[in-house]
Amino acid sequence: MKKFRKQIEKFVEGILFTSSTVTSLTVIFIIIFLFKEGVGLFNSKPVEKSYTIAINPNNPINTISSEHLKEIFNQQITNWKDLGGNNDSIMLFTLEDAASLFTEEELGPDFEYLPQKINEYILSTPGVIAYFSDSYIPVDFGGKKIPVSKISVGEFLSGKEWYPTSSPVAEFGVLPLILGTLWVSIGAILLALPIGLITAIYLSEVSGQRFRNILKPVIELLAGIPSVVYGFFGLVVLVPFIQKTFNLAVGETALAGSIILGIMALPTIITISEDALRTTPQSLKEASLALGATRLQTLVRVIVPYSRSGIIAACILGIGRAVGETMAVLMVTGNASVIPHSFLQPVRTIPATIAAELGEAPFGGVHFKALFALGIILFIMTMGFNFMVELTKAKKYK
Amino acid sequence: MPEHKVETKNLNLFYSDFHALKEINFKADKNTVTAFIGPSGCGKSTLLRVFNRMNDLIVGVKMEGKVYVDDKNIYKKNVVVDELRKKIGMVFQKPNPFPKSIFENVAYGLRVNGENNKEFIADKVETSLKKAALWDEVKDKLKKSAFELSGGQQQRLCIARTLAIEPSIVLMDEPASALDPMSTAKIEELIYELKENYTIIIVTHNMQQAARVSDFTAFFYLGELVEWDTTKTIFTNPKESKTQNYITGRFG
Amino acid sequence: MINKRIQQTLAFGAFRIVSFLVVAILFIILGFIVVRGFSVISWEFLTSMPEDGMKKGGILPAIVGTMCLIAGSMIFAFPIGVLSGIYINEYLTDNWLKRFMRTMTNNLAGVPSIVFGLFGMALFVNTLKFGDSIIAGSLTLGLMVLPVIIRTTEEALKSVDDSVRLGSYSLGASKLQTIHRVVLPIAYPNIITGLILSISRVSGETAPILFTVAAYFLPKLPNSIFDQVMALPYHLYVITTSGTNIEETRPMAYGTALVLIAIVLFVNLLANALRRYFGKKVKMN
Repeated sequence: MKKFRKQIEKFVEGILFTSSTVTSLTVIFIIIFLFKEGVGLFNSKPVEKSYTIAINPNNPINTISSEHLKEIFNQQITNWKDLGGNNDSIMLFTLEDAASLFTEEELGPDFEYLPQKINEYILSTPGVIAYFSDSYIPVDFGGKKIPVSKISVGEFLSGKEWYPTSSPVAEFGVLPLILGTLWVSIGAILLALPIGLITAIYLSEVSGQRFRNILKPVIELLAGIPSVVYGFFGLVVLVPFIQKTFNLAVGETALAGSIILGIMALPTIITISEDALRTTPQSLKEASLALGATRLQTLVRVIVPYSRSGIIAACILGIGRAVGETMAVLMVTGNASVIPHSFLQPVRTIPATIAAELGEAPFGGVHFKALFALGIILFIMTMGFNFMVELTKAKKYK
Repeated sequence: MPEHKVETKNLNLFYSDFHALKEINFKADKNTVTAFIGPSGCGKSTLLRVFNRMNDLIVGVKMEGKVYVDDKNIYKKNVVVDELRKKIGMVFQKPNPFPKSIFENVAYGLRVNGENNKEFIADKVETSLKKAALWDEVKDKLKKSAFELSGGQQQRLCIARTLAIEPSIVLMDEPASALDPMSTAKIEELIYELKENYTIIIVTHNMQQAARVSDFTAFFYLGELVEWDTTKTIFTNPKESKTQNYITGRFG
Repeated sequence: MINKRIQQTLAFGAFRIVSFLVVAILFIILGFIVVRGFSVISWEFLTSMPEDGMKKGGILPAIVGTMCLIAGSMIFAFPIGVLSGIYINEYLTDNWLKRFMRTMTNNLAGVPSIVFGLFGMALFVNTLKFGDSIIAGSLTLGLMVLPVIIRTTEEALKSVDDSVRLGSYSLGASKLQTIHRVVLPIAYPNIITGLILSISRVSGETAPILFTVAAYFLPKLPNSIFDQVMALPYHLYVITTSGTNIEETRPMAYGTALVLIAIVLFVNLLANALRRYFGKKVKMN
């Protein structure tokens, strides 16, 4: 029996240990899966897999960067000489053009002559650039295939356009999304910090027990309301209000996102700053009061400076939460992927982008991978904020 | 020649860098009461916890030297700590009943040591409570929570809890320091009676208490066992001037 | 001197107003949803299937779906969370492993909910081939609330006075016996409160279930854990933003929001009531 007991103890300890590894394993698995899918983006081309880009064989151009490809198909570049080629205007050709260029008879009832026609068209048109499915490449293809380069990390991080489904060349520039995320989150903290800090001060240093008893459950409830309900409230109340007040075309703006996120960040900021304020030693407060300072002066000159690092931690943690918040932002910010210039413009954040697009991105495709790459960026950003919080805390205890 | 229930040889103990016990050589005989006295931080509680290996629970404790209970080295690898602790009861400074009924508090030690016989347990609970002089006060409310008892009663309950597992040695860490004078008197009376069957070591701050209940007294100062003799000698004719100073209240 | 006093009075007055603003915000949001949603709520709304492009009918499948997800995630996360909390607080001494596990718990708590969505999709839906299902969603949500449960368990265990542990050891109880018979019974009330609050979190989360379980429109109840379900928060999102006719589904949205809020409110009140009940019980003793 006694011998048994020792073994049972060991066994249970083993179970406990196993359970406690779940969190660490999850973190590791999250990193693995994000990177497994996300890093694949930099191994793929911004053009759909089974498609070819081809030009006239006499055209001296041999390579075109994906940047230029985009500009060509957006008709921003219209002449080959802009790329160092002949002075020929660029003729775009995609499969949709086939229907207008050739008659149904020419193509045959099952498009069986299409490959041949494409070949003929490319050979006969000096300025052509064609984008079509590999399945229409004829056996005796005479055009020059243009290789498309892979998406680079630099392009991804500094690209200013996010058009993941545009054809033929998708654009994966996360700069507007990163800026949109920071813009909305920092706006939220600018709104929430004064309110949250003042409430924390009032709660810890001024108010009586009665107000505390009211405010504590209020804060808990504010923290408990689901983000989709905040988003709903923002959409039906705040968005129309902003639209009317500022006389805008749409009310879904960065401002709406910041206000809603600010409200959502309040509980974090209030709770953590209040804890920080409470750590001020009583003796320090009394010393200040004994020198004839008022409670307000003591607050401003002694208590708040003393609790500075805790308040900073609250602030960073608030931003960290706001950066990762998804549903509310998705519902009120309008989701336009442009680099924000004003709070009264629609913006799009990283989490909102993932939430809105993952459902439609084909599994394993470039777009799918790009969304996981966004997940990596988001993960790194929030871990960075967490790390900063730890750092400010550690500083305090030194 | 009485046999030594508890003995230490050249015992040194460190909390990380702090040298808490220095070269302690001490013996306690069967059926005696020894009082450990000395100012706070002198190591008397630490030594007490050496005997039932309670210090194992503290991180960074290092020990040198030997500790014998019934002539067996209790710090040898093959010693089962739970078994050792069962043999050596301990009563703490603050009464620490478990959040269970009075009955269950006393039965706890039996149950965790594998006893399942209901009658035996009930019997044991009754005799233990009687030995701890608590039976008459609680016999009608055994199912009530232990927290309903007064502080003094709770402490006697903790003693009963200890007695239930039939230890041969009882360690008491200032068992009366949190109690009122009435309760203290009762506990002291109890200690005197328990001596017949148990070896008792008691840590106390209270000089009178040491004088009243103990046969031997050991005086500790800054981790050293300064003087150790019969209580009578220590209190009437100490050899060391430090002991003299302490018991006459000049420091500590 | 007088100036200082007036300054203080004015400042404290302003502080007061700002603090009441926080209370006001909550009541505006709650009030708005309660007032608009109340007329929508009926027995039929709660117990029937959605009809006619979600413009009519009820939200039964969404309620059932959310309940399934709560149950599923708790069955998974509660034991693991409590066991890890016990291990970290009772077994690990203050060394690198303890710090490492704490840091990992903090890191997991900091992972944004949408990243959990990505992860859940990649691991449970695609790699383990669960498909969009209750089990995939429950596991994702469970991993998300794990840190909350671990932390509350740790806090609850920390608040248990060391003297009872020592008391138990001194009677020859083993570590496991001490934890099982003495420490846990004292810590249970706080652990349960934490569990209840994590239910509130699970019931409202949307991002993690978007790609792991939530169905847009599925007017039937699930048969197995490998079925897709509707869920209240996702339903609210869908009918507010992408229904076929947003204006006509608005009343349904108010009703859904009210039901969601009611669940959260109920869970919070329950946690508070339990906290008070246990608090009193301890004091009485």
